[in-house]
Amino acid sequence: MILLINTDLLVIGGGPAGMTAALKAAKRKAEVIIVERYHELGGQLTKQTHRFFGSKSEQAGTRGIDIARGLTKEIQNMSEIKVLTEATAQGYYEDKIVTVSYQNKFRKIRAKRIIIATGASEKMMLFENNDLPGVYGAGAIQTLMNLYGILPGKKVIMVGAGNIGLIVSYQLLQAGVEVKAVIEADSEIGGYLVHASKIRRTGVPIYTGHSVKSAIGESSVKGAEIIKLDENWQMITGTERFIKADTICLAVGLRPLVSLLIQADCAMVYVPELGGDVPIRDENLKTTNDQIFVAGDAAGIEEATAAMLEGEIAGLKAASEIGYLSEDVVEETRRLKRELKKLRGGPIGRKIRRGLSKVRGDDNVKKNRYSHLR
Amino acid sequence: MRITKHPILDFNRGKKITFQYKGQEITAYQGETIAAALYAAGIRVLKKSNKYKRPRGLFCAIGNCASCYMVVNGVFHVKTCITKVKEGMVVEEETEKGDIID
Repeated sequence: MILLINTDLLVIGGGPAGMTAALKAAKRKAEVIIVERYHELGGQLTKQTHRFFGSKSEQAGTRGIDIARGLTKEIQNMSEIKVLTEATAQGYYEDKIVTVSYQNKFRKIRAKRIIIATGASEKMMLFENNDLPGVYGAGAIQTLMNLYGILPGKKVIMVGAGNIGLIVSYQLLQAGVEVKAVIEADSEIGGYLVHASKIRRTGVPIYTGHSVKSAIGESSVKGAEIIKLDENWQMITGTERFIKADTICLAVGLRPLVSLLIQADCAMVYVPELGGDVPIRDENLKTTNDQIFVAGDAAGIEEATAAMLEGEIAGLKAASEIGYLSEDVVEETRRLKRELKKLRGGPIGRKIRRGLSKVRGDDNVKKNRYSHLR
Repeated sequence: MRITKHPILDFNRGKKITFQYKGQEITAYQGETIAAALYAAGIRVLKKSNKYKRPRGLFCAIGNCASCYMVVNGVFHVKTCITKVKEGMVVEEETEKGDIID
């Protein structure tokens, strides 16, 4: 027997965006189901041991792991929220039903509104032997090390000097792992200076203008051949150098996990500044499908603080549309949008702002990248 | 290699359990994923690629990529990075696609 569950709001993904979306809607008495693939809530926050920057009202100064614990506890105390863990959303159907594989059983969920907060996946990088065991995404290293307390290796080469590469390098050092070098293709370090200085102080070299040419090893990584790049990011033959290591960590960016949005026929647009294909949406995070909202990294790669704010905006709007109105909705939405704008202000937010300017408008809808599939 | 002392984190590991990997007994802690437990035991190769039989290990650790598929209790294509290890489980390296279950 296949069970059909009815609810007001379905939230797909229990990371920072999904958790705040669910809470915001449930506090207005909407009935919410969260579908989470992992066996606990929190998403990437559960492995982030560093303190957050950003907005005070969104827990700046708190470690990601503590934010995750706090939100999880809040959710557990809300009778309006039902959490399905080890549950993967598999498809969205024309009769507005989402199918879910829940602990290896098939379930159908019908919701009045859906918020897709599926997060992101690690980008891969092209080099010889990049499939060798010992080449990991930075997220995997954090999972092993910070969630399970298992060292990924003894000697690590970090690829990417953006914030993730720098922060994970520092976490590796904290756990007692030797970081041999940080490799960055760009001529400049992409991450915040405060993170880069922390790494530099420990004596780890950061090689800008360098890339990985190949991973060396038979059944697992024994080292990597790194190479200098010219100003057009082309490899300069003759500059190869071997670095001995048992682990190569890739921190070369993230890509929004949007397969469910594409499958649900939400119009998509390719925005490099946001990490790849993202859904076109309005300022309340509503996609071109009237039933579906998006929030967090699935809407474009940003920090967890932005994801939490987007989740709140979408959760509030979804609850209102379902009919759970409260007096403070207008004022609260305005406040959240102000916070988000502040967060994306200044030179650090320039790239995000440029990216976001490309995700709205009717012109975009006409240019839907995947319309030819239908 | 398990971390025993960490400046920020405490690891409250669950009960000790054992499972089988390639006929060998592996000790794990309840609550860990299969891939994490194997990793702690020093096993890095989890499967071989279908066509060229190249060794594959953990990559994303959150259930996105297909790099950690193993055969668990006879079932192929189990994402071992998000599947919890259980007492007495039989885990094998995956070297082919397997068949559809009836």
